[in-house]
Amino acid sequence: MTGLALDCLTVRRGAEVIVALDATVAPGEVLTIMGPSGSGKSTALAAMLGTLGGDFTLSGRLLLDGRDVTGLPTRARGIGLLFQDDVLFPHLSVGGNLGFALPAAIRGRAARQAAIDAALVRADLAGFAGRDPATLSGGQRARVALMRTLLAQPKALLLDEPFARLDTELRERIRSFVFDRIRFERLPAVLVTHDVEDARAAGGPVVDPQGRKVTV
Amino acid sequence: MTGGGALRFAPRLTLALMAGPVVAGLAGTLLPALDGGFARLWGWPGLTGAVWLSVVTGAGATVIAVAITLLIVAALQGGRLFTLITRLLSPLLAVPHAAAALGLAFVIAPSGWVARVISPWPSGWTEPPDALILNDPAGLSLIAGLVVKEVPFLLLMVLAALPQADAPRRLMLTASLGYGRVAGWMLAVLPAVWPQIRLPVYAVLAYAMTAVDMALILGPTLPPTLSAQVVLWMMHPDLGYRAPAAAGALLQLALVLGALAACRGAEIGVARAGRSLAASGQRGGALDAALRPLAGLSGLLVVGLVAGGMAGLAVWSVAGLWRFPDALPETLTLQTWARAAPGLVQAAGMTLGLALLSTGAALALTLACLEAEARFALRPGSRVLWLLYLPLIIPQVAFLPGLAVLGVLSGLSGGAWAVAAAHLVFVLPYVFLSLGPPWRAWDGRIALAGAALGASPQRIFWRLRLPMLLRPVLTAAAVGLAVSIGQYLPTILIGAGRIVTLTTEAVALSSGGNRRIIGTYAMLQVVLPALGFALALAVPALVFRHRRGMRGGA
Repeated sequence: MTGLALDCLTVRRGAEVIVALDATVAPGEVLTIMGPSGSGKSTALAAMLGTLGGDFTLSGRLLLDGRDVTGLPTRARGIGLLFQDDVLFPHLSVGGNLGFALPAAIRGRAARQAAIDAALVRADLAGFAGRDPATLSGGQRARVALMRTLLAQPKALLLDEPFARLDTELRERIRSFVFDRIRFERLPAVLVTHDVEDARAAGGPVVDPQGRKVTV
Repeated sequence: MTGGGALRFAPRLTLALMAGPVVAGLAGTLLPALDGGFARLWGWPGLTGAVWLSVVTGAGATVIAVAITLLIVAALQGGRLFTLITRLLSPLLAVPHAAAALGLAFVIAPSGWVARVISPWPSGWTEPPDALILNDPAGLSLIAGLVVKEVPFLLLMVLAALPQADAPRRLMLTASLGYGRVAGWMLAVLPAVWPQIRLPVYAVLAYAMTAVDMALILGPTLPPTLSAQVVLWMMHPDLGYRAPAAAGALLQLALVLGALAACRGAEIGVARAGRSLAASGQRGGALDAALRPLAGLSGLLVVGLVAGGMAGLAVWSVAGLWRFPDALPETLTLQTWARAAPGLVQAAGMTLGLALLSTGAALALTLACLEAEARFALRPGSRVLWLLYLPLIIPQVAFLPGLAVLGVLSGLSGGAWAVAAAHLVFVLPYVFLSLGPPWRAWDGRIALAGAALGASPQRIFWRLRLPMLLRPVLTAAAVGLAVSIGQYLPTILIGAGRIVTLTTEAVALSSGGNRRIIGTYAMLQVVLPALGFALALAVPALVFRHRRGMRGGA
């Protein structure tokens, strides 16, 4: 069975239930978890990434293409992440950032460079490999960040309010760029946001961190 | 950074390497001291004088240095003079103690620069006055040397503590209530700053009471300070003097612990006085007019004495004929350098070798500790901070004699490796204290982004964290090199006098009075650490010249 399954994924702190999600996200579909800050969104995110702090208890399972990844460390889950800011590595060039994500299985300088260049073309950033990320515009940085995440060949995507820092006009363009790529790559994705527009644009089911359906 | 298993033990290994020699050395000091050492120590006629000198010079220098530092920050912070003073003082931090003392001696000696500038007019001197300024029996020039060396260190510590003290808002509040600047700072900001600079102040007090290299250069001679006498006994060819030396070392330790307790008591007293002053509502507005010029003057005096001393070392090292009272030599020559070159090269090579060994080991241990802390979510308590400061607060002279004796017994003593290991005990805390805060302040989302891209902890360490923190890593390395280059006591005691570095040679030459040769050794002693700091600035700037996001920040 393909896709991302949140199988009764529950996070408690003491007796309090903070996250209770039970859903299946099909390839190319975006599940939106929506709620104001403090509602448990970031805890849900941490549960899916495997970075929960010690005072939380987790039950249930996270299945990716049928494989149980609940106990795995972040790096072994095959779940890509897009942050609120782009979190590009400031000491590496744009190409260096993409190269960091590219699996080591792609061997040879020429082959790796070709993969990086192709990704830049897909992001409409051809020729940007040697650039310093600090010299890029907000929209360009956001696109580099997405391409970096995709180059690691994840089997699912987590989006942590990735459009919150962009201005209105840019936000719509980046949003459709991201969602188009998710559909094109047929990746199951979970979007965490407090923004109704984001939830509508995602086009999938919308729930709050406790799993209750939210109408947008 | 191989297996996580070994990494997990890095913090314990590091603490053992630091605390182990201290404890072993104290034990090694205790045995000969009890074996008749105390009887001979009590029989030494100079004892009272030496004890008195240690206490007075140490406590005096600490009180004056702390007062000047706090006054500079309280009265001048935010102004142009403050920027000037801190800019000039921070590079002086890298000047080794021995070089600072030798430089000061060149400035204040009867034939030094001050006397030359005021001669023949207005002083009327045509030859150096017959005054005992250096090595004065009251220890005043030793106090001066300790003060000018410790003010830059304390100032840096206060500056590092200020961001957590909420100073700007507190100062605005006290000013709006009508308080004077200095009074407002002392009453409202100092209470938040002091807990953070307490350990550095204790380290300064312990150091000032027990400094041997500075005491040999600037301090009184008959009797010298207690720690200087301990070292003279330790280096005595007659091994029978080891016993009173060990007893003196233990007495010195007791004096330091007593002084630290007195300092704690004084803190409580000052805090109580401060609270009742604050309750009295006295605004202290009239104080500023007098204190601000005083702060500026004392700050500039410290800068002037150290910088003048450095210039004095440089000029003497290239001086040809230089008669009193000429302010500058008649001729300049490189002859002294040429003549000293063979010895200089050898001593510099040994100095650098020891510095690179000890700093390399300290950096590896520190990085392993910090990485273990990050990877296993360890939370170091405040007790760990105390342990870090242990080798800085327990006086070197208290445990190094014991360590030297243990070294002789175990056959490990006398070699460069043993000396490098002894340097490590003092280099490690400074490297850790320098690298810890920026390492912990690193943006953890970078690591999360790396992990989400499938990177292993090793890959995140080597490819992301270490390169991004290149600047603080190199700065910590430069601090470590400077600390090792300046070490005197571990080098002569653990090296049994056979390991010659720029520092041991500069101190040994200081009693001879050949200023030109002293100038060359001391100059090189200043240049090496300065080079380290210059590289720590230049290398990241060069490596990241095309990375705007790497400028300015950590």
